[in-house]
Amino acid sequence: MRLDYAELFRALRPEALLVFGALLALGLDLAVFRARPREARLRIALWIGALAIVAALAHAWLGVRGPVFGGVLLFDRIAVATRLGVLVLTLLTLGVTAGGRTPRHPVEHVAIVLFAATGFLLMAAANQLLLAFLALELASVSLYVLAGFDKSSPRSAEAGLKYFLTGGISAAFLLFGFSLLYGITGSIELAEIGKRLAGHATEPLTIVAVVMVVAAFGFKAAAAPFHLWAPDAYEGAPAPSAALIASAAKLAGLVLFWRLLWSGLGGAAGDLGRDVESTRLTVVNGWMIAVALLAFASMAVGNLGALAQRNVRRLLAYSAIAHAGVLVLGVIATGPVTTEPTVAPLFYYAATYGLATVGAFGVIAVVARAGRCEELTDLAGLHRRSPLLAGCLAVCVLSLAGIPPLAGFLGKFWVILMAFRVGGAAAPLGWIGAAAVGWSAVGLYYYLLVLKQALVAAPTENAPPLRVPPAAAVALVTTAALLIVAGVWPDVVLRWL
Amino acid sequence: MNALPWTIYLSFLGALLALVAGARSAAAARVVALVTAVIGLGLTLVAAAKFVPAAGLQTLVNVPWLPQLGVRYHLAADGISLTLVVLTGLASVAGILFSWNLTARVGEFFACYLALIGGVYGVFLSADAFVFFVFYEIAIVPKYFLVANWGSTRREYGAMKLALYSFAGSALVLVGLLWAVVAQTGIDGVTSFDLATLAEHTARFLPPYQIGMFALVFLGFAILAGLWPLHTWAPTGHVAAPTGASMLLAGVVMKLGAYGCLRVALPLFPTGLAFFQPAIAWLAIAGILYAGVVALVQDDFKFVIGYSSVSHMGFVLLGLAAANPTAVAGAVLQMFSHGVIAGLLFAVVGRMVYERTHTRRLADLRRLPLHKLMPFAALVFTLAGLASMGMPGFSGFPAELAILIGAWKTSPAWAVGAGLGVLVAAAFTLRAIHVAFFGATENPSAPSAGNAAPVDHFEPITWPERAGALLLIAATVYVGLKPDVLLDWIGPALESDAMKFALRGGRP
Repeated sequence: MRLDYAELFRALRPEALLVFGALLALGLDLAVFRARPREARLRIALWIGALAIVAALAHAWLGVRGPVFGGVLLFDRIAVATRLGVLVLTLLTLGVTAGGRTPRHPVEHVAIVLFAATGFLLMAAANQLLLAFLALELASVSLYVLAGFDKSSPRSAEAGLKYFLTGGISAAFLLFGFSLLYGITGSIELAEIGKRLAGHATEPLTIVAVVMVVAAFGFKAAAAPFHLWAPDAYEGAPAPSAALIASAAKLAGLVLFWRLLWSGLGGAAGDLGRDVESTRLTVVNGWMIAVALLAFASMAVGNLGALAQRNVRRLLAYSAIAHAGVLVLGVIATGPVTTEPTVAPLFYYAATYGLATVGAFGVIAVVARAGRCEELTDLAGLHRRSPLLAGCLAVCVLSLAGIPPLAGFLGKFWVILMAFRVGGAAAPLGWIGAAAVGWSAVGLYYYLLVLKQALVAAPTENAPPLRVPPAAAVALVTTAALLIVAGVWPDVVLRWL
Repeated sequence: MNALPWTIYLSFLGALLALVAGARSAAAARVVALVTAVIGLGLTLVAAAKFVPAAGLQTLVNVPWLPQLGVRYHLAADGISLTLVVLTGLASVAGILFSWNLTARVGEFFACYLALIGGVYGVFLSADAFVFFVFYEIAIVPKYFLVANWGSTRREYGAMKLALYSFAGSALVLVGLLWAVVAQTGIDGVTSFDLATLAEHTARFLPPYQIGMFALVFLGFAILAGLWPLHTWAPTGHVAAPTGASMLLAGVVMKLGAYGCLRVALPLFPTGLAFFQPAIAWLAIAGILYAGVVALVQDDFKFVIGYSSVSHMGFVLLGLAAANPTAVAGAVLQMFSHGVIAGLLFAVVGRMVYERTHTRRLADLRRLPLHKLMPFAALVFTLAGLASMGMPGFSGFPAELAILIGAWKTSPAWAVGAGLGVLVAAAFTLRAIHVAFFGATENPSAPSAGNAAPVDHFEPITWPERAGALLLIAATVYVGLKPDVLLDWIGPALESDAMKFALRGGRP
């Protein structure tokens, strides 16, 4: 096999641009701008970062398609869409960073966000165990740092440590699983593993490997029972970091694991369908059952947990767990790689969920800059303090709640429809889909509690009007507009997927 | 006719404009809202004038929306939709007129109000299950904010209950529809959300499937139509809501539920209807009687009207359950009639009386000679009360008569039960008229024991109130005297193949 390094470089130009942007920002800051005030340094770094991302977007859009470098990377439609998606979400996160409190090391913050984005880009296209693991670790290590970035806050340190410890353990599980897979099949190529695993799906060693991979997946997606890090990390991390953890990281992680589970471990998927003729359930042991249990448990834990929250970030964390339930349901329901176009619902859901979360955390970041934004009541009277923020928050939260015509509705509807299709309404996935619809009625309650504070309650006496920095305003308005456009004209978004 | 979809777009556009205008001045927002609603009403009336009932379901727009899912943006109208669209136009204009004196966050109020109206127009014009559902859910959130923000008694509780009941209902509907659509794909290999296409396939499913699907979809919609014992959101929500929103909630939003039952549940699952027919009918009768008796003993004037709405919506559900053309036509007529009359009743109680006397307790009101202090309100309430009781000459009479006749055809016992309900309705309405307006036994200037200070005059009834009241009275009298206008629209709409099949109980 002849390896074409020139093609590899062409394909990885977006990654190269991001790394270059990060290094440029760091270098310029070190050499020239060190003495400037922090706000100015942040602004320069954000501009460099934003330009790097825009350039990367253009290259990701126009770049190479198909397998690259002997199939190590696979730029199929879902990969390209995900790369564009994570870049847009990262760009919006940078806008949110401009709206939040200026971090003590502003340029390093931006640089690490860009490194994380590099990891996300590779995760989206990785088609081989080694690269998948490296990409995941590049992204994860960057996110651990971001979660603990606020050195002055003990809670941020706690968030960073918890995220790091659980993340490290999950990485160990994943690596163990990978090594077993290599041992069983003798290959690290996903396609090759898929082929050779076909006959060994129920061997004990395969089952161990699959369980390891699914556990790591559960951690990445914050699906119950691997969700315990999420509330603490979301609560303690600086709001822009939490936005990145909850949005781009989730989209890239889902697509990575979707590929891993279907292309690599597709032979061990088992079955949860139903025979059309005899209407008997055709349940075959495999990871589908494990992941379906994750989905079911996440919806229950997330929605019930969110009901009890008074802290807005913890509430969003539990809502993220609930959404993770639907997302992993989507991973099962969107099926094997051979029917590629059906992955559209999963991508659409993860991407629009990411958008709504970035928007919600963006609003929290701006509110926290002027004072406190911990309890739900800290949002009281937002409509008076800043109508713009209140409007954006309403769009994002209603999208999370799945209210049409916002994008969150269509995403959830579509994933659940796919779940129903797997074996009809009376098959296990149909039940979980029906449960997801039911839980969304519970979800509306706590989302309305957030909006009640923001749009109905009167502001507390000493709450000043909020000034929204222009960059954050642009990011938030763009987010809200994207949610509306993607919901009302889904075809525009999906045409090229 | 083809301009009807603009009622939807204009309402949403008007909502945005009202929001923007409201940031500058309250008056501008009011004018924007009124102009939007009047144009909407105008469009519906023009469409009504040009309407050819015999043409059946007339497609207004039909373009692909989400080809991957087989969803088309399909709007269409027949006589039933048109009846309800005209009702929406009337109720929206009247509601704005009765909200004219609002001063707090006016722009946002009318934005929510018009967004709700836009969703309602959308539901009544949808011919695709997905589009139907989207508009149905769009209508939920504005209701919450209308009640939570501008409401009165226990507004946050009432608003949340309203939103959650509606949303839980729509969750049931969604599961039922998904089940039907997936089964259609599985059995016939067709993926379409078009209601007519769906009906062709789902109406031929085996009975157990139809029964299950019907139960989910009908129950989901019936919650919003106030089916006993899931009606409890309605009185609390209506009472907590500001006047304009109560008029909409009782006037058109409850109709969304009934319309969903009629448009989706009946033609899609006729065997399911046949199976549940007696259960629905008896629940409807229980609702008519229970809500009527409860209305009889309320001390809060607005709760009387709130429960009366549940009682009158019971007739609509009974008409649907009776499932013959007479009863169903009566049910549609009753939807229109109740929409107009409930609007009037809430307007008198919430705007004319409460905002002047600042009490809704009948015990306090009976001390005031309201028929002398506000004769216009007394007149309007008496007329609306007579219409509500089903007096000939008002729209309630032909509607309830048709339902009773239709119910008798299916089962005389139902007609007897519902007939008792008519008596109860007369009792609680007369009691409300008497106690609230003609109950004063003392000299008005004498000191009273309650909180209400003795008064000898109130701020006069304003022109928007007069205009709104006249509009609605004219509508109920016109339909009362010439019910044929609406019945001629509704009749052919029940002649479609799917509807005929449904009204035969799914038998060929």
